[in-house]
Amino acid sequence: MSENRIRVLVAKPGLDGHDRGAKVIARALRDAGMEVIYTGLRQTPEQIVSAAIQEDVDVVAMSLLSGAHNHLFPRVVELLKKKNAEDVLVIGGGIIPEEDIPYLKEKGISEIFTPGTYTGSVVEYIRNNIKRKL
Amino acid sequence: MELVQRARQGDYRALARLITLVENEEPEAVEALQELYPYTGKAQVIGITGPPGSGKSTLTDKLVKELRRDNKKVAIVAVDPTSPFTGGAILGDRIRMSDLNLDEGVYIRSMGTRGSLGGLSAATSAVIKILDACNFEYIIIETVGVGQSEIDIVKMADTTLVVMVPGLGDDIQAIKAGILEIGDLFIVNKADRDGANRVVYELKMMLELKSEKSAWEPPVLMAISDQNIGIKEIADKIKEHFNYLVESNYLEIKRRDRLEKEILSIVSMKIYQQIVRKIKREGKLKEYLDALMKKELDPYKLVKQIFAEMKDN
Repeated sequence: MSENRIRVLVAKPGLDGHDRGAKVIARALRDAGMEVIYTGLRQTPEQIVSAAIQEDVDVVAMSLLSGAHNHLFPRVVELLKKKNAEDVLVIGGGIIPEEDIPYLKEKGISEIFTPGTYTGSVVEYIRNNIKRKL
Repeated sequence: MELVQRARQGDYRALARLITLVENEEPEAVEALQELYPYTGKAQVIGITGPPGSGKSTLTDKLVKELRRDNKKVAIVAVDPTSPFTGGAILGDRIRMSDLNLDEGVYIRSMGTRGSLGGLSAATSAVIKILDACNFEYIIIETVGVGQSEIDIVKMADTTLVVMVPGLGDDIQAIKAGILEIGDLFIVNKADRDGANRVVYELKMMLELKSEKSAWEPPVLMAISDQNIGIKEIADKIKEHFNYLVESNYLEIKRRDRLEKEILSIVSMKIYQQIVRKIKREGKLKEYLDALMKKELDPYKLVKQIFAEMKDN
């Protein structure tokens, strides 16, 4: 009998090539029983949203280390909204300065997980904050 | 159902939601599938299998781009193993298909095997029907050729591609039982590597030795997918195979056979689910296990008992 699984899109928007963090999160989410669709590097917001829609994910988790988060993260939220996918939980991580976090949250990114975060917290957060009914 | 109508009109979000409903075996799934069924039967279903590292995803990416030249809609179902311990999965086939993300005539869905015996086959088969009814002319099922459920998926395809690479150690010995029988096309990918010619030769030899021959002699093609070499030839052969199936009436035979297997599989799964539900509902599992461990009851008698009780209800 099938159980509903949480589906998460782990994406790397922008141009940086540092994917270790994304992969660590991907593995942690898999070990927590989730289905992780990993997009790979250098995704545009349009590609991320297209994948999120086709895969019917519950969460979009983005990792960015190039400093472009203030532009790219909100752009993804905006595109999801345009496609009537506002019920997708959007979270982010990577190199994000503390002072940028309030702005990002204002723009619809529910939580930011900076380096050193315990992967269990990410799992916990997702489980507690999924917007869509499972 | 509104979701069905929107999906058939090309709304990918609606389509994606439908697939989720079916994968999760939601109650509305049956209604949706019933509504979609009359529109199925038009697509060419292509199965792509082969060992990990054979370059299937890259090959699929290039193949789809080639097929798209005719402006036909293509759907890809990419299957990856679910961890039997955690129930989770990393579905990474999309990585190689980034460009296709923005082609509106292409839909890609990643699926985990989700563990249960036959469970994947039931979901994949239903997903193929959904895609077929939503007017995708080519449906590609890409999977890893290990274990048994992947062979089952490949039996759902009209045309099966087996992808091999040179240098996997024992080459031909690495071919599992059944691979030679299920392939309609054999592709030796990464053909710029040492030993490619030998793999082609050995494959051709083994195909010659097959006892049952049909009118379609599976070709062995070489390709270097990441350089886009050999892709057009593969696409042409795929189309050629479909024409052969239609003209020889073999397509109808295959599909009837597939339907038969599917009905039996669904029926057996439903019965299994009913029985498990019954056992859990009655809460007698502990009692049964205690009796079995103490040898007061044997498993065969127990099963007879359970069946008898079911009949009485």
